[in-house]
Amino acid sequence: MKPAPLDYAAPETLAEAVALLADASREAKVIAGGQSLMPMLNMRLARPELLVDLRRVDGLDHIREEHGAIRIGAMTSKREVEQSPLVRERLPLLHAATLHVGHPQIRSRGTVGGSMAQADPAAEYPCVAVALGATMRVVGPGGERTIPAADFFVTYLTTALEEDEILVEVSFPVPAPGTGWSFTEISRRHGDFALAGAAITVALDGAGTVADSAIVLFGVGPGPVRAHAAEARIRGGRPGDELYREAGAAVAAALTDPPADVHADSEYRRHLAATMTTRGLAEAVQRT
Amino acid sequence: MSEHTVEVTVNGVAYTATVDARTTLVDFLRAELGLTGTHVGCEHGVCGVCTVLVDGKATRSCLMLAVQADGLRITTVEGLAEAEGLHPIQEAFAEEHGLQCGFCTPGFLMATHELLEANPDPGDDEIRDVLGGQLCRCTGYQSILRSVHLAASKTRAQRAADAHA
Ligand SMILES: Cc1cc2nc3c(=O)[nH]c(=O)nc-3n(C[C@H](O)[C@H](O)[C@H](O)COP(=O)(O)OP(=O)(O)OC[C@H]3O[C@@H](n4cnc5c(N)ncnc54)[C@H](O)[C@@H]3O)c2cc1C
Ligand code: FES
Ligand code: FES
Repeated sequence: MKPAPLDYAAPETLAEAVALLADASREAKVIAGGQSLMPMLNMRLARPELLVDLRRVDGLDHIREEHGAIRIGAMTSKREVEQSPLVRERLPLLHAATLHVGHPQIRSRGTVGGSMAQADPAAEYPCVAVALGATMRVVGPGGERTIPAADFFVTYLTTALEEDEILVEVSFPVPAPGTGWSFTEISRRHGDFALAGAAITVALDGAGTVADSAIVLFGVGPGPVRAHAAEARIRGGRPGDELYREAGAAVAAALTDPPADVHADSEYRRHLAATMTTRGLAEAVQRT
Repeated sequence: MSEHTVEVTVNGVAYTATVDARTTLVDFLRAELGLTGTHVGCEHGVCGVCTVLVDGKATRSCLMLAVQADGLRITTVEGLAEAEGLHPIQEAFAEEHGLQCGFCTPGFLMATHELLEANPDPGDDEIRDVLGGQLCRCTGYQSILRSVHLAASKTRAQRAADAHA
């Protein structure tokens, strides 16, 4: 198992990187941390003619707070996210999710941008990006554009990125003070890709009823699945076991056809999604 | 297929070499530099036998191209011990029977090394989090867990002794 013959370039500017991707004479692919792409190259499931490594491009590796958002450069490793005091304090949901992404040995190289661009339906980061209402800053030959996370993840391993576009930054709005959150995941072993998981945020109004929530599931569809019906069901409701169970039931009813594989059939994934919604909501409300 | 000149420091020795773009770091270490202590198993990031330190961080050398190591500092299992004797982590694995066939051991040693450099007094959970990224088909892991605890106490003792010296 070795990659097929390929060329490699490590340009120093974004413009050069985009030009290499836009050159139609050979099929080019970005390589970031390589933690998803290298297995595909080794198994020859991917055979690009050129790898464009972003490691020398300046300005893609940062975590900073600006205008009420935490902006994370695409080449920032998950290890840096995990160890960032800013993320722990401002985006505890992202911090919690990071600890479930593979193992420390994978997080040392795997990047934030790579997880978004890979768009694995069982991955934690796309789900958290949708739950927190993140936006993706993307650069291509035509310039720059911003894509809301909800529109970025199209389907299995497919994003709104064009082949000659590079994801440069993910911007996570900092939730309003008092927003509760939870992150729940079920996997066969800690560090494995999830069978299913849920990222939840909830805000209560002055009267203690649910003002707003985001309930987003992963591992149960072609990408992050926002549970609109469950969110609508609990809006204005009074937190308590009954409301949490109703949210779980609404999730189960709305999930038409969760994927089935050797680890879990469709019905089991539906069951997990409902249970994680019920439990996760209770946990999120406790944190408000 | 492009060829590249890489300058890489492995176990403190500077090497300059020409590599094909597609050569993985683990193949470079083993075939070009003859450092066969780093093993290669699954070649897709799952088993962890190929784990080396890249600028001090535990990394799968099967998921990195040699050309990507240009300018970086690599430590392999050959770089653990001084010229004579064993490194305290290696001693601990020997004393607590943290290996049987030994195929997985280089990866466990390097992952443990990074863990203990950062924190010589890790809790059980922290150790399990790291060991969870390494597969062993022989031991059942309990002896490895004990080995890492022993290695941690050896590391602490050594640091205390160094501080007094
Ligand atoms: C053993 C193991 C366990 C894992 N467990 C998990 C897990 O539990 N959860 C999980 O989410 N992931 C897991 N992963 C995958 C890991 O998180 C990857 O790091 C991640 O999916 C991809 O990030 P990367 O930086 O390695 O990207 P790469 O592998 O370099 O790239 C992945 C894809 O994204 C594209 N790409 C990368 N960066 C950009 C960019 N800036 N702009 C445009 N395109 C880009 C590449 O062209 C490629 O198609 C695991 C991996 C391994 C080996
Ligand atoms: S050979 Fe690298 S992880 Fe298995
Ligand atoms: S000792 Fe044989 S695989 Fe671990």
